[in-house]
Amino acid sequence: MKNIFKIAFRNLFRYKRRTLLTSLLIVFGMILVIVFSGISTSFKGMMIGTITDSMMGHLQIHKKGYVSSIDNLPLHLNLTSKEISNLRKVLDDNEMIKAYTFRIKLGAMLSNFEQTTNIRLTAVDPEMESQTCPALTDRIEGNSAEDGQFMQEGELILPKNLAKGLKLKKGDDIVLVATNKDGSVNAIGLKVAGIVEGLLGPSGRDGYIHIDDAKTLLRITGDEINEIAIRLNELDDLKEVKKQLGAELQQFINKQDQPAFESHTWAELSPFATIATIVDLLIITVKIVLIAIVLVSILNVMMMSVYERVSEIGTISAIGTLPSRILGLFLAEGFSLGLISTIIGNILGVAVLYVINISNFHFSFGRMKDIQLVTSVSSSELLTISVIVLLITVLSSFQPALKASKMQPVEALRHV
Amino acid sequence: MALIELKGVSKFYDMSETRVDALKSVSLQIEEQSFVSFVGPSGSGKTTLLNLIGCLDKPSTGNVYVNGTHVNDLETREAARFRGNHLGFIFQNFNLIPVLTVYENVEYPLIMVQNIAPKERRERILHYLEAVSMLDQKDKYPGQISGGQKQRVAVARALVTNPKLVLADEPTANLDHTSAFKVIELMRQMQRDLKTTFVFSTHDPKIMKEAEIVFTLEDGQMTNKEIMNLKSSN
Ligand SMILES: Nc1ncnc2c1ncn2[C@@H]1O[C@H](COP(=O)(O)OP(=O)(O)OP(=O)(O)O)[C@@H](O)[C@H]1O
Ligand SMILES: [Mg+2]
Repeated sequence: MKNIFKIAFRNLFRYKRRTLLTSLLIVFGMILVIVFSGISTSFKGMMIGTITDSMMGHLQIHKKGYVSSIDNLPLHLNLTSKEISNLRKVLDDNEMIKAYTFRIKLGAMLSNFEQTTNIRLTAVDPEMESQTCPALTDRIEGNSAEDGQFMQEGELILPKNLAKGLKLKKGDDIVLVATNKDGSVNAIGLKVAGIVEGLLGPSGRDGYIHIDDAKTLLRITGDEINEIAIRLNELDDLKEVKKQLGAELQQFINKQDQPAFESHTWAELSPFATIATIVDLLIITVKIVLIAIVLVSILNVMMMSVYERVSEIGTISAIGTLPSRILGLFLAEGFSLGLISTIIGNILGVAVLYVINISNFHFSFGRMKDIQLVTSVSSSELLTISVIVLLITVLSSFQPALKASKMQPVEALRHV
Repeated sequence: MALIELKGVSKFYDMSETRVDALKSVSLQIEEQSFVSFVGPSGSGKTTLLNLIGCLDKPSTGNVYVNGTHVNDLETREAARFRGNHLGFIFQNFNLIPVLTVYENVEYPLIMVQNIAPKERRERILHYLEAVSMLDQKDKYPGQISGGQKQRVAVARALVTNPKLVLADEPTANLDHTSAFKVIELMRQMQRDLKTTFVFSTHDPKIMKEAEIVFTLEDGQMTNKEIMNLKSSN
C-alpha cells in the first residue's frame, strides 16, 4: 500500500506542470464552493435570524383557520383564556422552548388630529415580546430601555414610513380608533414612544401597542389573544418541536371535532423561506459545477497518464504485476491528486472566508442597513465537499485505471 | 522433462484481408541451465516465440510447456503469477521504471510482484546490484545512467526474484558494441553462477556466438539448431 502511494506520488510529480494545473483547477473549484456556500449560508442565516428574532419568532400558534385569513386581521378567531392556559402548560413543559409571547393583531385607524390613516398593530406585552424577539428593540429608533421594556401602557411604536407621512415624532399624541368583533367602535389616545424600521422595505405598516391598551380599545375583558409566537433554544430543533407541538395540540378538539389550534414554523409563514430554498438550490448548483470540474479534469489527466505510460504498463505487467495492482496504482495516483487538491482547497477556501471577515464587508438588505458580512462554513460542510471531491476523483480515475489494468502486455510492449 | 518444450506451435494474426503466419508449427526443447539464442532476420518470429515462452501470448495451435506447466491454459491472472514467480524479463528498451531509483527498480518485483520480507529483500537487492556492478549507482534514477548501465540494472531486476528462466528479446540491440558484450558476458556469468536458464534473441552474429545453443528462425519456421563449441559450457 505504502509503495503504491510512493509510486503514485512520484508519477504525479513527474509531470509537474500538468499536475499543478489540474490541482489548481480543483482547488479553484473548491474555493468557489466553500466561499459561495460560506457567504450564502451565512447570509441566509442572518436573514432568517433577522426575521425570526425581530418579528416572527420561530414558531407560531393560532386558532385553527386564523393563518388563512390573517390578512383580514380577524378578531373572531381569538384564543379564550381557558385555551391560553391550556397552551401555556404545553409550552412551559417543553424544554426546547426558550420563550413565548402573546399577541393581539388588529387593524385600526390612526389620527394625528389632522389626518387619519389605517394601521396594522401588534399588541404585545413588551417584556414577553423582547424575550421572544430579542432583535426587535434594536429596530426601534429612540428606544433607550435596556431591559426590553420598549414601551409602557399608553404608548405606541409607529412604523417609520407612517410616522414620516403623518409628521409624527417621539412624544406626539395620537388617537386610535378600532372596531371590535361585535362591531362597536371605540377610541383611545396614545403617545408615540418610538419609531420602528420596517423589515423588508418601505411598505411596512406594522406598529406595536401595549396589550392592555388593545384590550381597552377592543373592550376585551379577561384574557384574549390571537397569536402566540415562540422562540426556541436552538433553531435546529425546529422540526422536532413542530412535531411535538403538533402531536400535543391534537388533544385539543373544537366543537366540530376538529383540532382547535394550528402551529406554523416561520418558514411556513414568511415568503423569505422561498429565498432560503433558492439559496440552498444555488449552493447545490455550484457543487454540481465543482463535481463536473473534478470529473472532467481528473478523467482527462488520468487518461493522459495511461496513454503516455503504455509501455511502462506493459513492462510491469510482463514482469508479473497483477491487474488489480495496476488498477490500484492508477487509482492511487488519481486519489492522491484529489487529496492534495482537497487539502489545499480547504485551506485556501477557509482562508478566503477569513479574509472576507476581517475586511469588514457591509451590505444592506431591504431596510436593514449596514449589515456586516460575517461568513462561516461548518466543518461538516467542508467534510461533505471534501468527500464529494475525493469520491469523484476515485470514480473518474476508475475508467482510465481499468483500461491500464486490462492492457495486454504483448501489445503494450509493442507500443513505443 | 525439459524446462521449455514446444510442440507444433503456430501463431497466426488475422488481418483484415490476409493472415500473417508469425510462427509455423515450431517444436523445440530447451534444457535447464542452458544459454540459448534465437536468431533470424527481422520478422522471422523471434519476438513471437519469446512471447509464447514468456506466457505473454498464447499460441494459435500447439502446446507450450514451461517448467512442467502447460501454459496455454493459464488465464490472465494465473499467467501474471506464473511470470512473477518463475520468469525474469529483459527488454530491448531496458524498460526501467523512470520514477524509481536503481535500487527501487530492482526492489520493485520483490514488493509489487512477490512479497519478500524487508531484510531479505535488502540483502538480495544489494547482492544483485553488486553482481551487476551497479551498487555505487543505486540511488540514481534511470535517466541519469547510460544504456549499458540500465541494461545491467534490468539484469539485476530480472534475477532478483530467483527465476528459473530469464527471457531477453534483443537485449543488446540498443547498445554499442562494448556495452553489448558486457551485458551478454554478465548474463553468461549469471547463468553459470546461478544456474538460471537464459533465452535471448538477437540478429547480431557476434552476440549470437556467445550462446551455447542457437536456434535459427526463418519466416516463422525453425530451420536450424546449432550446438556451439563447448568452450563455455562448463
Ligand atoms: N500483433 C501483430 N499483429 C499482426 N502481425 C504481427 C503482430 N505481431 C507480429 N506480427 C507479425 O508476425 C511476424 C513475426 O514478428 P516478430 O515480431 O515475431 O518478428 P521478429 O523476428 O521479432 O522481428 P524483429 O527482428 O524485427 O523484432 C511479422 O511478420 C510481424 O509482422
Ligand atoms: Mg522482435
